[in-house]
Amino acid sequence: MKRYSALGLLRNALSHNRNWPEAWRSAEPKKHYDAIIVGGGGHGLATAYYLAKVHGMRNVAVLEKGWIGGGNTGRNTTIVRSNYLWTEASLLYEKSIQLWEGLSQDLNYNVMFSQRGVYNIGHSLQDMRDIERRVNANRLVGIDAEVVDAAQIKKAIPHINTSATARYPILGASLQRRAGVARHDAVAWGFARAADALGVDIIEQCEVTGIDVEGGKVVGVQSSRGRIGADKIGVVVAGNASVVAAMAGLRLPIESHPLQAFVSEPLKPVLDTVVMSGAVHGYISQSDKGELVIGAGIDAYNGYGQRGSFPTIEHTMQAIIELFPIFSRVRMLRLWGGIVDVCPDACPILSKTPIDGLFLNCGWGTGGFKATPGSGWVFAHTIANDEPHELNAPFSLERFTSGALIDEHGAAAVAH
Amino acid sequence: MLLIECPWCGERAETEFSYGGEAGIERPAEPDTLTDAEWADYLFCRSNPRGPHKELWNHAQGCRRWFGVERDTVTYRIERSYLLHESQGDM
Ligand SMILES: Cc1cc2nc3c(=O)[nH]c(=O)nc-3n(C[C@H](O)[C@H](O)[C@H](O)COP(=O)(O)OP(=O)(O)OC[C@H]3O[C@@H](n4cnc5c(N)ncnc54)[C@H](O)[C@@H]3O)c2cc1C
Ligand SMILES: [Zn+2]
Repeated sequence: MKRYSALGLLRNALSHNRNWPEAWRSAEPKKHYDAIIVGGGGHGLATAYYLAKVHGMRNVAVLEKGWIGGGNTGRNTTIVRSNYLWTEASLLYEKSIQLWEGLSQDLNYNVMFSQRGVYNIGHSLQDMRDIERRVNANRLVGIDAEVVDAAQIKKAIPHINTSATARYPILGASLQRRAGVARHDAVAWGFARAADALGVDIIEQCEVTGIDVEGGKVVGVQSSRGRIGADKIGVVVAGNASVVAAMAGLRLPIESHPLQAFVSEPLKPVLDTVVMSGAVHGYISQSDKGELVIGAGIDAYNGYGQRGSFPTIEHTMQAIIELFPIFSRVRMLRLWGGIVDVCPDACPILSKTPIDGLFLNCGWGTGGFKATPGSGWVFAHTIANDEPHELNAPFSLERFTSGALIDEHGAAAVAH
Repeated sequence: MLLIECPWCGERAETEFSYGGEAGIERPAEPDTLTDAEWADYLFCRSNPRGPHKELWNHAQGCRRWFGVERDTVTYRIERSYLLHESQGDM
């Protein structure tokens, strides 16, 4: 891999940027791999990267039915934080933030991780009690968190409406200063390039259509580019988790829903942090290009269509204007949808399965982008050792049978 | 916006309805005999198909009655609405 550097930037500028090498090879599928990762989103690519880097497994392929980062990785609103309520969840997301903090250096790719802080706003006494409980829970496990009042919010975010006569008055917020946003495409591309450099084959336009199981053990996949053998298979396909799991005869506790996002026309800098509200249900930040990046909740019905409905759009805009009346005349430039894989307890499944050599990484729902490096880290460990890492052991498929759910619904305000 | 036909009130906008998830999930007739895995499947697992889906809707801001809808989860096209008692085992 040619390392990116300031000097390289200069050199390539002098040759009119005509000589940049491709970021990763377009590999042809081999007959057999030690491990196949199905799904070339951030989580799948991170898994392949850590398999190669940390566990020395280099005969690995990532099979992606479309293009790298074309799924939720490239469609999300990029909020990164670790202030979840339950210890199991907050430690998993915190591992991820720690990896985010060194990720650009590690990948030699600028993922533009920007720790601009995240405010989770409270609008009622009960909201504030929940916020205090969550902040205390976070601090007990060593995660930075503080409670701020309306005056502090107003000082940090001058355009937010903290008037006491608002329909949903702002009483305070939790603030995680180490939280923030990152550039989603760069995360996919950075992991793809770094994994490729370690020998991982990244195979785009390759849809997995079947999983071959013999004597209770996986032996390979059927794909739109033929049969490919494998000793181990990690399924990391987000919204399509149920569809791919069914290829191996598994039924999952997951339903797929559309989740939409929006960006506005570019504005001068106006919002330098991330604001989320569970009660009015919307969240907003401003990208480096100046666009407001906006999102809210899922469409209630099951859907695989990568688009949602107008009532959800209207609801989202109402929430944002409730918080920021100043944005009422801002025009939206683009909107789109992704398909999110929602678990009953709003926590992911990072797990072995009843089938030998088959591993599942799914159920991140509306909030998995923040977990991209951490998810890859623990999932690579699980695949390489045939045993979960201590951080993902609680996130087994088994928990739905044993009853040990990790109920993050509502606990972490909006689930992003 | 989906246009959903309530069997009693006719076609109405999606915003008048609330969604009830997959249809046809029957409460086990003999709960005492169920294994933990069978309970887990009943409580948590869903078929979540990519394509035709039978699902429950409630006309929450109208007659407040439940009924079934056959809808495609990729195109979102609604095939038909149906009365639950008319489709035994297919609630
Ligand atoms: C609008 C929106 C906003 C969001 N906002 C946030 C946020 O602010 N913060 C946050 O933390 N999370 C957010 N999320 C959630 C986050 O995007 C996801 O949890 C995360 O990206 C999932 O990662 P992934 O790599 O598994 O998914 P994806 O990027 O979706 O990757 C899965 C890949 O699998 C491929 N695939 C599917 N089926 C097959 C097959 N049969 N064969 C081969 N390949 C297949 C798909 O093409 C896809 O590229 C948001 C999601 C959406 C949709
Ligand atoms: Zn009705």
